[in-house]
Amino acid sequence: MIGIYLIGAVFISLVLFFNRNKTLNYLLLTAFVILQWGLTIYEYNHRDIRELGYFTPDALAVIFLTTLSLICIPAFWHSYIYFAKDKDVPRERSIYFAAMVMLLTALSAAYLSDNIAITWIFVEITTLSSSALIYHRRNVRTLEGTWKYVFVCSISITFVFIGILFLTVAVQQAGIKDLNYKVLLSNAGSFNVFWLKLAFLFIFTGFTSKAGLVPMYTAGIDAKDKAPSPAGALFGSVLMNVGFIGIFRFYEIISHTSIFPWANNILLISGILSIFVATVYMLKVKNFKRLFAYSSVEHSGLIMLGLAGGGIGYYAAILHIVLHSFAKSTMFFQIGQVYRIYKSKSIYDAGDYFKYNLAGALVLLFGFFIVTAMPPSGMFVSEFLIFRSLFESNHLWLLAIVLLLLTMIIWSFGKNIFKMLFIKAVDFNEKTIEKISPAESLSQYIFLALVVYLGLNPPAVFVNLINTAIQHFPK
Amino acid sequence: MINILLIAFIISLVHMGLSKRLNTYISVLAFQGILLFGVAFIELIEINVVNLLFVLLETIVFKTIAIPYFLNYVIKKNKITRESDPFLPDFLSVVIITTIIIGSFLLSNTIQDPHIRKIFFVTALSALFTGLYFIISRKKIITHVMGFLIIENGVFVLSLAVGTEMPMLVNIGILLDIFASVLLLGVFVNKIGDILKEQDVDQLRNLKD
Repeated sequence: MIGIYLIGAVFISLVLFFNRNKTLNYLLLTAFVILQWGLTIYEYNHRDIRELGYFTPDALAVIFLTTLSLICIPAFWHSYIYFAKDKDVPRERSIYFAAMVMLLTALSAAYLSDNIAITWIFVEITTLSSSALIYHRRNVRTLEGTWKYVFVCSISITFVFIGILFLTVAVQQAGIKDLNYKVLLSNAGSFNVFWLKLAFLFIFTGFTSKAGLVPMYTAGIDAKDKAPSPAGALFGSVLMNVGFIGIFRFYEIISHTSIFPWANNILLISGILSIFVATVYMLKVKNFKRLFAYSSVEHSGLIMLGLAGGGIGYYAAILHIVLHSFAKSTMFFQIGQVYRIYKSKSIYDAGDYFKYNLAGALVLLFGFFIVTAMPPSGMFVSEFLIFRSLFESNHLWLLAIVLLLLTMIIWSFGKNIFKMLFIKAVDFNEKTIEKISPAESLSQYIFLALVVYLGLNPPAVFVNLINTAIQHFPK
Repeated sequence: MINILLIAFIISLVHMGLSKRLNTYISVLAFQGILLFGVAFIELIEINVVNLLFVLLETIVFKTIAIPYFLNYVIKKNKITRESDPFLPDFLSVVIITTIIIGSFLLSNTIQDPHIRKIFFVTALSALFTGLYFIISRKKIITHVMGFLIIENGVFVLSLAVGTEMPMLVNIGILLDIFASVLLLGVFVNKIGDILKEQDVDQLRNLKD
């Protein structure tokens, strides 16, 4: 199935690229969504069966694949609205959709691959396709964002490659000639520790550019800011998951070696620094998209803390990243509507949003509660479990600092959101605004409800999948 | 023989730190391509022919001919001035690069491992850090690309060091090389040159908080 999927998706992407007809473009996108769902359902029913020698749909891959298939539908729908309302140049549209299909395909393949080298190749393809999405508006600012993104991601991907080279040195002692995760996992005890440490440092640093963690988080911020908001929603959710899966799969191998406590410290440092950086910038940014992008950095840091804490933290980390994907993509989709009303992403220009778009304003209000993890948000549950895991692993000081930083984040997040919702905008001309249909916010309500549902009352299938995904960690 | 080639590679790094003109950088990059061809040829001669041809194609055709040609084209097309505008004086540059080389030498000496040959490791590390140093110390955007190309060369040396065990990795490394360089240079040629008038990094300072 993965073979059919890859061929089909690449074919769709190519036709999208060369065909400029509007109707045909949207028909092809529908075909892609059907293909994507076909893959997801097929892989769910054929778990842990190897395909083409390099792809195994394990539990984590299935979770992320389902998340991606769910998010891609509103992403296409909002892109459709974006092109209907904004200027619609056939050439730009076809490049945009071709790149988006390519991005989603590469992400799906990267989730499913069971070989670290293959994951690496597909992660590299995501860089290429996302740069086309970031450059979509074709002006100086997007150029700057694209250039920085391409440059930082190229360096990071080189780091991952160096890490893989060190890994091959480390595994030579065990006589392994294959970089399959399962083989690595079962032989983890016999690796050379020194080279494994180097490999972990490089691979971790490399994947942080996608996962949105310190030190390489910067590129992602500009990308989410400059790309059109449906693409930004993908960057803020499913693209971050691919960085996470890269780190997670290697970390899983490390957890069976003697350097596990050392690796935990690396994750702790990176996590706490991410939260700190996110706090500092969130107190000062004046641009909604960048605000949400920094909030993603914060959540990514929390997820790393969950992994490092261990115990219940593994479960919480995966739950948190899935919930975060839905919540953050919702916020980015909504910002597309905000931009259409105020023609600006700046906090200074926005205000009194309730008056102009009631449905959208409610999304922002609920979204604020969900993203900052206040009950009944599902993220409250996962964050609470992460804190519990930190508490149980005796990181009390760390926990205190994190809680303090989170309080500051909630304050600055709330200040900006409430300003937009309730306080009158200065010098804003009400005459020219367009009426936005409440139906456009429908997908966002569904996602927000999904976050609450998955967090508070997770279905048994979902819990089983997460538990299978984390079964290899030491208890 | 490999030792001579690799030492020549390290010397070329120092030469890059010494020179100021973009044209020199381009010729040094081309020269490094030839050196890498030599190393790859001697190193990989026992693996199968298709792989070998692929590697040779990459070093000679891509690194030695295509990329320098492309860089020259970019410089001519965008009328980039020939000075590289370093932030630091040349003398300091050479001192720093020498320190990097000595540092990687000392670092490699602490490693006791029969699986890795130290000379490869020293060369790769020096190229890696020199490339990073180039990126942070030069003002023009095009020199950032060149710094990245130096890093790529270092990674290529590193992949050769383990390549006899897993030839697939060498090929993937080459893929990275081609992919990333084409992407970076492609963005540069088509976009940055047309939109930005002055090709300094100062032009890329709008996105910030």
